[in-house]
Amino acid sequence: MTLDTTKHAAQTPDTAQPWAELGLKQDEYERIRAILGRRPTGAELAMYSVMWSEHCSYKSSKVHLRQFGEKAPETDALLVGIGENAGVVDVGQGYAVTFKVESHNHPSYVEPYQGAATGVGGIVRDILAMGARPVAVMDPLRFGAADHPDTKRVLPGVVAGIGGYGNCLGLPNIGGEVVFDACYQGNPLVNALCVGVMKHEDIHLAKASGTGNKVILYGARTGGDGIGGVSVLASETFDDSKPTKRPAVQVGDPFQEKLLIECTLEIFKEDLVEGIQDLGGAGLSCATSELASAGSGGMRVELDTVPLRDSSLSPEEILMSESQERMCAIVTPEKADRFLEICEKWDVIATVIGEVTDGERLEIFWHGEQIVDVPPRTVAHEGPVYERPYARPDWQDTLQADDAGKLPRPATGDELREQVLRVISAPNQASKSWVTDQYDRFVQGNTVLAQPEDSGMVRVDEETGLGVAVATDGNGRFAKLDPYAGAQLALAESYRNVAASGAKPLAISNCLNFGSPEDPAVMWQFAEATRGLADGCQTLGTPVTGGNVSLYNQTGETAIHPTPVVAVLGVIDDVARRTPMAFAEEGQLLYLLGDTAEELGGSAWSQVIHDHLGGLPPKVDLERERLLAEILISASRDGMVDAAHDLSDGGLIQAVTESCLRGGKGARIVVPDGTDPFVLLFSESAGRAVVSVPRSEEIRFNDMCGARGLPATRIGVVDGETIDVQGQFSIPLAELREPYEATIPGLLA
Amino acid sequence: MARVVVDVMLKPEILDPQGQAVQRALPRLGFEGIADVRQGKRFELEVEGPVDDAALARIHEIAETFLANTVIEDFDVKVEAAEADAAAKAES
Repeated sequence: MTLDTTKHAAQTPDTAQPWAELGLKQDEYERIRAILGRRPTGAELAMYSVMWSEHCSYKSSKVHLRQFGEKAPETDALLVGIGENAGVVDVGQGYAVTFKVESHNHPSYVEPYQGAATGVGGIVRDILAMGARPVAVMDPLRFGAADHPDTKRVLPGVVAGIGGYGNCLGLPNIGGEVVFDACYQGNPLVNALCVGVMKHEDIHLAKASGTGNKVILYGARTGGDGIGGVSVLASETFDDSKPTKRPAVQVGDPFQEKLLIECTLEIFKEDLVEGIQDLGGAGLSCATSELASAGSGGMRVELDTVPLRDSSLSPEEILMSESQERMCAIVTPEKADRFLEICEKWDVIATVIGEVTDGERLEIFWHGEQIVDVPPRTVAHEGPVYERPYARPDWQDTLQADDAGKLPRPATGDELREQVLRVISAPNQASKSWVTDQYDRFVQGNTVLAQPEDSGMVRVDEETGLGVAVATDGNGRFAKLDPYAGAQLALAESYRNVAASGAKPLAISNCLNFGSPEDPAVMWQFAEATRGLADGCQTLGTPVTGGNVSLYNQTGETAIHPTPVVAVLGVIDDVARRTPMAFAEEGQLLYLLGDTAEELGGSAWSQVIHDHLGGLPPKVDLERERLLAEILISASRDGMVDAAHDLSDGGLIQAVTESCLRGGKGARIVVPDGTDPFVLLFSESAGRAVVSVPRSEEIRFNDMCGARGLPATRIGVVDGETIDVQGQFSIPLAELREPYEATIPGLLA
Repeated sequence: MARVVVDVMLKPEILDPQGQAVQRALPRLGFEGIADVRQGKRFELEVEGPVDDAALARIHEIAETFLANTVIEDFDVKVEAAEADAAAKAES
């Protein structure tokens, strides 16, 4: 086969091209021809097809994501915002933190171990590319029904993959989520988050400037892994009728990644790069076009110099390959030798593959012949943008009218007791230790809090004790009932979790997991959720620093629940003042902060006891969330509470059970006069937390809550080895612990 | 008893970190001239009864569903004559 050069393409305008097979639409292909003034070469077509895929171009989501910028709250904390590899937040004392959450959903369904492992690898390189040392990872995970046979295939593989890759890198996994729901059966959600730390002056950006600067590709050799992965895999609904479209899966090598991290950090330390970009989805197509697009000039690349693992790869395949553990740097000619020297020291292959030109084109050559000649912005940043039609689905009203309040409730203390045991031992509420114990939580010695605490917290500075806390939350059931409120509830819960551990929330990242954007109902969910999240961030003063959108999470006509996952990052001046969740001191007083209303729509109780999803999710009051957070942070700083736990799924009884089991102490709960015990225990009203207050601090704590107007109700005391809800039931801790801890291993081990 | 061997190898386009580690070690140990190394797994199955088409079909199914992860691995089923094996042992 002859090489399809730009010259050849200009001479053969009528050659049929496989644009449809590469996932492009007719009008998109026409647009490429219009941009170039001729038909694209095979290599150009490959580049456009991967970069204009949903995953890379955000073509369906872009019009909605703009709100995150337009509604961004005023803040001094944001050093780098949306658009770079990851956002960067000022945490004080000269330190900056970068964090981001991304999806690796589809690959993890096809090949759970490698899919999840390379998900960790990819997000770690994003963080590294900002100039930061990765310090921790987290994984929000969602699977199909816990007792479904395919969950037993997918979940253990995913967990082993996350553990295998992260543990080899020596990164602590400090939290995340594990959620089960039948809606994720064919589309598990494997989201991965990484946190990195740097000094302000170390921030690096992805741009190629300075004519004559070298383009250096370093890291692993390029092979045939995951060719077309992003365009084909992440942007299409699975369809059994087209098995040939199943692409090769990428396999990661964490030891290579570890070398890449240390090598890159040494290169940063000697200030050797002008711009840097990791290679993730769309590989070299993405890295070269994005670097050139963000820079001042053009770029010329000699593609045949790329080191290959498989010498038979065609230029198109090299451009599309998603081989892992690769980075691309822009380096001045004077510093190139030193750059290569450091790479050699770390046993990392590094090759000058091209240079920055004073032109405006991205030109790629194959053995001296030009195969790509494009304006880089048209590939990377000016892809198609769709105003997809959206409409509130007609079933939404029926769903919301199906109020959970009418479900039969426990009539006696004994029934209540029985339902408490069922709820706390249901897969979504039960202990996730079997999962998190497979991750290394304490490597590097800076982990202060990790699962099952409200947030994961790591120390940033050994001298001062400065630390950061991160929590991730999402509730697809709430979002299904009301996507606007559901997204805000995810934000509120994550924000509350960070505050409960004593840290001040600063900024968020998000991973928006939805069904097909071609379905107006799904698009409406997406539009509502992004609007809710943008409004919520504006109110709470926490800007969106970046994130990821994962669409086409659906099997046939059925989409997953809309699942916006929100990660909130907070800062704490001294990690020694953190608030843990465990009730460990007998005699301390338990206070319920916030208001409890009768809110059961989408609750754990309605799911476990009645297999019901309907009604409205809990009301959102972000001003209340902010006040609650301020109280929790002040109480932590001034030593007024010894433990705090946020109330979310499962309600008060779930929170009390978790804190009691964690501390090994029981609790006596007194139901306040005029309160329905069932509602008190199981309602999932937002804006609430339970705290354990030493008797010596009670007056001071009460005064603070009173002065600031936060309802604080004394509901009991830490005592004994039993959870005793007076007048209703009592359950020994041992009887709670057994089913709480046995459920997950019983289903999956 | 007849022996059936199932060889499992990563597909050619899949990265093989173990094979690469071996390949990188070779020149350090003074072994030159090896361009590439791929590492795989070998299963030796001792079959009860005759190795007929039905038995081979069963082994094929075992390999496909359990021994190999066909998303990233290929496999190959070979019948090894047990007698030949025994003869070889007797000679040595």
